[in-house]
Amino acid sequence: MGILDNFKKMDRNSNLYTFLYASGMVILVAALLAIAATSLKPAQQKNKETEKKIDILKSLGKADGVETAANKHKFVEDAFNKYIAEMFVVNSKGEKVEGVDAFSIDLKAEQSKPLEQRNFPIYKATLDDQSIKFIIPLRGRGLWGPIWGYISLNDDYNTIYGATFAHQGETPGLGAEINTPEFQKQFVGKSIFDVNNKFVSVLVVKGGADKSDPHAVDAISGGTITSKGLEAMIKDCLSGYETYFNNQKK
Amino acid sequence: MNDPWFSAKNLKLLTEPINSKNPITVLVLGICSALAVTVKMKPAFVMAVSVMIVTAFSNLIISLLRNTIPNRIRIIVQLVVIAALVILVDEILKAYVYDVSKQLSVFVGLIITNCILMGRLEAFALGNKPWPSFVDGIGNGLGYGVILIVISFFRELLGSGTIWGYRVIPESYYIVNGGFYENNGMMILPPMALILVGVIIWIQRSRNKQLIEE
Repeated sequence: MGILDNFKKMDRNSNLYTFLYASGMVILVAALLAIAATSLKPAQQKNKETEKKIDILKSLGKADGVETAANKHKFVEDAFNKYIAEMFVVNSKGEKVEGVDAFSIDLKAEQSKPLEQRNFPIYKATLDDQSIKFIIPLRGRGLWGPIWGYISLNDDYNTIYGATFAHQGETPGLGAEINTPEFQKQFVGKSIFDVNNKFVSVLVVKGGADKSDPHAVDAISGGTITSKGLEAMIKDCLSGYETYFNNQKK
Repeated sequence: MNDPWFSAKNLKLLTEPINSKNPITVLVLGICSALAVTVKMKPAFVMAVSVMIVTAFSNLIISLLRNTIPNRIRIIVQLVVIAALVILVDEILKAYVYDVSKQLSVFVGLIITNCILMGRLEAFALGNKPWPSFVDGIGNGLGYGVILIVISFFRELLGSGTIWGYRVIPESYYIVNGGFYENNGMMILPPMALILVGVIIWIQRSRNKQLIEE
């Protein structure tokens, strides 16, 4: 205890005391935070993985009951294994890429690659009535940070079966409304190709979209930048699959 | 030392910040986050609880350290304590209550910049014993929380027609559904929160003349 006693006797205003105090404090706090971050990591990782699976299931409308499930992780795991029949990766030329795990693909990293080298993951789902859906992951920019989501398509590779969106930090009550069912429901039944089989995506229209327009939904009032970011995200992400979809339709 | 834990003096530390020493309406601290997170009640509530935890424990820690902190770097020491606590809260929320952590997103990190924290550490914790400091932290967290809840109640009700996420103004009243009512779009924008804060300050000062400055 000799050192500590000497430390206690030191002049509180001396440079050495200040220096030692600051160093000790920083090391202590750094160690504490490092321990906390490492020990909480597995739980956080599991949460992220489960959330991704919930999002995928949501785009199929199969995530009901998640919130009330006794064991959320197990519930999601079971539902995911039941409905998701296959996961695979295609490239921008529409060819299947082998040896890449579709689930662990980081869209952020993919989007910074040149188009030819990008991997495009597809989740193929079989529902209870044996109908086949294809789920496409999306990622883009909102106002304050990243936004992402999943769109499921019917097996005509054109009609939207369901959509779900999420965000990191959009303004609550404004841009954050993209993750509400009211907003997401609008996408159901819209189509991404026009009658001439040209890719047009789905537009997010400020001031209200014509309900009969198969390529437009209403934007969020007060959330213009988020709405525009969402529109760009859908267009950019789906356009990468255009060749693959067209090949499959033939 | 001989003060009982819940003496009149300590209880005053708890209740004063809710009314006559309210951090938002009287000291005018923490306005920024009061404008940002009060569109809906639920995030406002979780934010209020998080701020309360951080004010209470940073007050406690700084008070325990108060006789050792070198005067010249005390602001930095306070910041390190606050930042460490906020990051801990954020990590724990992410691991155990993931849904809540997603709702609050960046605002938990922004607790670090909340002036109430530094204000209480400088004004109270540096000169008082740990227990009163802890109570003072809880009290100020409550005072901040009460205002947040009141503002978010009116903003959510008039701006979205819901309370705590539940619809209170029936869908059929809305003009789009053939009714007569429309949500006030101003309410979901930050300027309206500032006006509401102003209204609360006005009401409070008209009832408590002591608060009126010369």
